[in-house]
Amino acid sequence: MGDVSLIDVSKRFTLQIDGQVHRVQALDRVSFSVRDGEIVVLIGPSGCGKTTALRIAMGLDRASAGRVTVDGREVKACGYDRGMVFQHAELLPWLTALENVMFGLEMKGVRGPELRATAQQYLDLVGLKESASRRPHQLSGGMKQRVGIARALAIDPKVLLMDEPFGALDAQTRETMQAELLDIHARTKKTILFVTHDLDEAVLLADRIVVMRTGRIEEIFDVPLPRPRGDLGVIRGLPAFAETRYRIWRALHGERAEMVH
Amino acid sequence: MSTGDKAAILPAAPEAGEADQAAGPRRPPRWAITVGSLIVALAIWEIFGSQINPIFGSYPTAIAEAFWNLTVSGKLGAALLQSLQPFLAGYLLAIAIGVPLGLVIGRFWVAEAALGLYVTAGYAMPLVALVPLLMLWLGLGFKVKAAVVLLMSIFPITINTWLGVTAVPKSLVEVGKAFVAPDVTILRRIILPATLPYIMAGIRLAVGRAVVAMVIAEFFTTISGLGAIIINSANNFDTATMFVPIIVLMVLAIGLNWLIGAIEHRVAPWQAEIAGRDNP
Repeated sequence: MGDVSLIDVSKRFTLQIDGQVHRVQALDRVSFSVRDGEIVVLIGPSGCGKTTALRIAMGLDRASAGRVTVDGREVKACGYDRGMVFQHAELLPWLTALENVMFGLEMKGVRGPELRATAQQYLDLVGLKESASRRPHQLSGGMKQRVGIARALAIDPKVLLMDEPFGALDAQTRETMQAELLDIHARTKKTILFVTHDLDEAVLLADRIVVMRTGRIEEIFDVPLPRPRGDLGVIRGLPAFAETRYRIWRALHGERAEMVH
Repeated sequence: MSTGDKAAILPAAPEAGEADQAAGPRRPPRWAITVGSLIVALAIWEIFGSQINPIFGSYPTAIAEAFWNLTVSGKLGAALLQSLQPFLAGYLLAIAIGVPLGLVIGRFWVAEAALGLYVTAGYAMPLVALVPLLMLWLGLGFKVKAAVVLLMSIFPITINTWLGVTAVPKSLVEVGKAFVAPDVTILRRIILPATLPYIMAGIRLAVGRAVVAMVIAEFFTTISGLGAIIINSANNFDTATMFVPIIVLMVLAIGLNWLIGAIEHRVAPWQAEIAGRDNP
């Protein structure tokens, strides 16, 4: 199981700019849920609150109001039922790729021969069998993020929370990573909540897309593309891809679908 | 699973040989420049130093002769051994206390609010003025000397560690939090290694202060060790002999600095690889 629900989640904080106190409403009563095994993508412009929503779901930030549940149990702090993939991978630079994956497992209490074996197994899963002993500065951006994904998956969470994980990668690497993420999803059946500002990425990956603007949910779209998606180049050529992409583009630009004819 | 990453087929770092070629014309080795600098400095000192009254100054060959005499008579070795004991005790204790203290002050705002003040003030403390008081508390022997070294060298270590902790990226700490690591584990497994370059810098800065503290202690408490040789030869107007322990101490500081650098390279090899100067 791995159902995630955000229920009326709000987040307010104050900012000081040039001595003036500004109240910021980062999230305003946001509610949506992610069903077991589903990929839901949060999309919206910078500052729309998508990353804040993800961080609250992870337990890294606290909601001002509302609550988050995983399989009905309320989230109070970080936990092993959720695995976080950070925007810039955030590997520990003094550890090798394998040790970085082992870190999460050790925190979870895994010890002995099982520790190394499990970490190695997840490095294999993300295609880094040969690079286990490299340190982060010896890895490319894409490889770093693979380690980040392996680290999050290794603790066997119910839900994978991903914060613009491919945002800093070049276009080609990004496409490879998208295909690999879908492959990993097909094999592990993990529930995934994924934040991005990239429209194509959202449509390629998601079962459903939550469009956010200024702390509110604008609209939630179903993506009528088949699974497994296979060759993403082919998916991009489907009329359903173009049509979904266009509908979401309009929502992102503040034009409701029903206003258009 | 395919590997489409471009960088995966690139070498992680250029080979040393390639870097040399890229630098253009062949450069003299680093040690040659250091040795050349030393020869020039010693030559200038020798030429000008030998022309003045030996009471007011000295010069390398006279100091070398005094060094030889002190070594053969066994005085230098005994004095060095006598000085090194409180020096090492105070200095190692300063590391053992200063690093954890800096970590805690840097990590926990309550500790910073409660203790930060004393550390900042302690760094500027005119310790020489307090030596008589320390003598009343700790006597004239080993303990007071180690205490003076400790008090002089702990603050740069603590302050550097503290600053280092505040410079650790928040995102790395969040990695620990995301995997539900307890505070102590975050401190030990994330903050400490991330702060290591700052800690090592503090430990290096403290070497100089510890050497000065040791000599101060030997001047003001029981006159002993290398400090005793300095005072006694100065009182006898034997300037050449007076310079011997001074130079021994400076060489000792250089040696320790080098040793700490080598240790840093061993315990934090990633740092040199990440930060590496383009002109090593």
